[in-house]
Amino acid sequence: MPALPYVANAVISGILTGTVYGLMALGLSAIFGVIRLVNFAHGELMTLAMYAAAAAFQGLALDPFVTMILAAVAFGALGYVLQRGFINRFIGRTEHAQMLLMIAFAIIIGNVLLLGFGPDARNVPTSYQLDSFELGPLLIDKVRAYAALAAVVATALLAAFFRLTLTGKAIRACADNPVGARVAGLPVGHLYAVTFALGAGSVAVAGCAMVQLIDVTPGLGPAYTLLAFVIVIVGGLGSMVGALLGGLVIGVSEALAGLLIAPSAKSMVSFGLLVLLLLVRPQGLMGASRR
Amino acid sequence: MGSVTRRTFGVAAAGTLASLALPRRLRAEGAKLKVGVLLPRSGLQAFIGQSCQRGVDVAPELLRQRLGVDVELMNADTESNVDTARSRAERLIEQGAHVLVGAFDSGHTAAVAQVAEQRGVPHIVNIAAAPQITEQGYKFVFRNFPPAPEIGRNGLVLLGDIFKEAKLEPKTAVFMHVNDTFGQSMAKGVDALLPKLSLPFKLLDTIAYDPAAKDLTVEVSKAKATNAELLLLVCRLNDAIVLRREMVKQRWNPTGIVSPGSPGLYEEQFSKGLGKHADYCITNTVWFNPKNEITHQFAAAFKKKFPKDEFAFHGLNASYTFDAVLIAADAFKRAKSSDRKALAEAIRQTNIAATDRVSFGGPIKFNAKGQVEGNRSVVIQNLHGKPTVVLPTDYAEGKLVFPMPKAT
Repeated sequence: MPALPYVANAVISGILTGTVYGLMALGLSAIFGVIRLVNFAHGELMTLAMYAAAAAFQGLALDPFVTMILAAVAFGALGYVLQRGFINRFIGRTEHAQMLLMIAFAIIIGNVLLLGFGPDARNVPTSYQLDSFELGPLLIDKVRAYAALAAVVATALLAAFFRLTLTGKAIRACADNPVGARVAGLPVGHLYAVTFALGAGSVAVAGCAMVQLIDVTPGLGPAYTLLAFVIVIVGGLGSMVGALLGGLVIGVSEALAGLLIAPSAKSMVSFGLLVLLLLVRPQGLMGASRR
Repeated sequence: MGSVTRRTFGVAAAGTLASLALPRRLRAEGAKLKVGVLLPRSGLQAFIGQSCQRGVDVAPELLRQRLGVDVELMNADTESNVDTARSRAERLIEQGAHVLVGAFDSGHTAAVAQVAEQRGVPHIVNIAAAPQITEQGYKFVFRNFPPAPEIGRNGLVLLGDIFKEAKLEPKTAVFMHVNDTFGQSMAKGVDALLPKLSLPFKLLDTIAYDPAAKDLTVEVSKAKATNAELLLLVCRLNDAIVLRREMVKQRWNPTGIVSPGSPGLYEEQFSKGLGKHADYCITNTVWFNPKNEITHQFAAAFKKKFPKDEFAFHGLNASYTFDAVLIAADAFKRAKSSDRKALAEAIRQTNIAATDRVSFGGPIKFNAKGQVEGNRSVVIQNLHGKPTVVLPTDYAEGKLVFPMPKAT
């Protein structure tokens, strides 16, 4: 077994990566929790944000943490338009029609990226990309720490929006009882669009953070859509806290499995956890049980 | 218009007969050899596939000059995918390819080889090291590239030369390798050969990893935890970049990073993506022969066609891929036919002198399995952002730096 500092380093790395995973999954969870729509284009939206950050760095020398704010606004607007223009028309239709629509979006985004940027991997070589904080025997990847911090701030802002603003409360009312919300005169279509905008905005922030951890290619989307699903199911569908917790569980378990068992066991362990959880607690760690 | 006399009729008739009796060779030379080229020009291995493609693109003009043979290229992208490689091979055969060349990745190449054998079309492997490709008893599959155990053995033997030249012997090493077909073959080779080579170091751990992994934090942590002095690495390109970046982040500074014969460390993208952190990485690998006249011609043609590209970054991929087309063209010239069986037979009889090939090795002659033996490796080290031959000293373009300086 590796010495304790290596295990501690792996756990810290897992926590930091898991926090960014959590933010990525948060958008998926919020959209599902309110609109009851499974966003199969979630990973592709994140990939799009990663390319936006890479292009902004290359073309305008913008740090991804600055791009993050702009991308959140731009993706929020894009999400709003997508929901109002297309997805709202599919609300109430069969689930497979919704699924096909989102898969179509995913394929379109993936191919547009391939056409625009080519197949090559890109990264964002900031001046601090390879730096680490040294705390005694612990080495903390600077970029990973910043990315996790950004994820925590974005999650807190999103939670505050849902809890403290009137629009946020109205969205929660929609999530609890869409029919009641309509009866009360709430603009459900608009609120759904705001929810999708928030989901897209949070995935944009996650993408700008993630592009500093991994290289981006046009084909990255499906793997991260799947990862977001796993996190959301582990955390509990529709639960924001659950998404963050799910991200942490997956991040840390992958890191420990890689270090203590074998690197190739990382995915095996996260999917093993998923199966176990589905058997023992089907609603996820923080999901409400349905009777 | 003059009348036809008995004399002019005789001359014309003799000419017609002579033309009908022309050696099949000339008619063959008048025809074109259709070469179906299968390479991963997009997807995970796109950079290397495109690098190989440069060698193919230079081939028709150079082969016309050297052999008087017209080559028509039929390019197909395998998209770094086994199933696509198989279906594109089928399509190229349907479209009339006389011979197939490719397909860089061992898994893709094995799929193409299977199709080629079933359809009776010669397949010349440009680069692919899995031994089983020429161990299946195939009659239409030929490879001028050493199998993984041979690359591994040559690469490991050269490790001893590095230590001798540097007058430094690391006592411990950790072995990291990709877990794809090529990586597994190399790992088997290293496992089998290392105990027989009396190298000074003890292998502390072997860590396999996914070449498509986006994050290698844990893998590097695990390797660093062994406290090994030397990192033996069998990698691809993208993972090599991710891994080296992670080594710098985790401040792991082994005495050396040495690949006993895999791609990745000497590629252009590796140097461009990592800058100074790409320097001093070593690969013991097959390479081009800088001393050969044909190499100079090839490098000049390469520079003319791709003025923005540095030949050294593409030398290995381009030279072995060019040589695969050269083998096809040479066989076509001797077979005097584009018939696939005749071409296969001519390829089997190939005997290209060591000085008439671009890649580094002895004469190109296929054994009964369709494998060329005697391809050599050299020690390449990244120096000043460029892969540089440092050993053997007869071919050295720069001086070996070992141990490598710490990353700052």
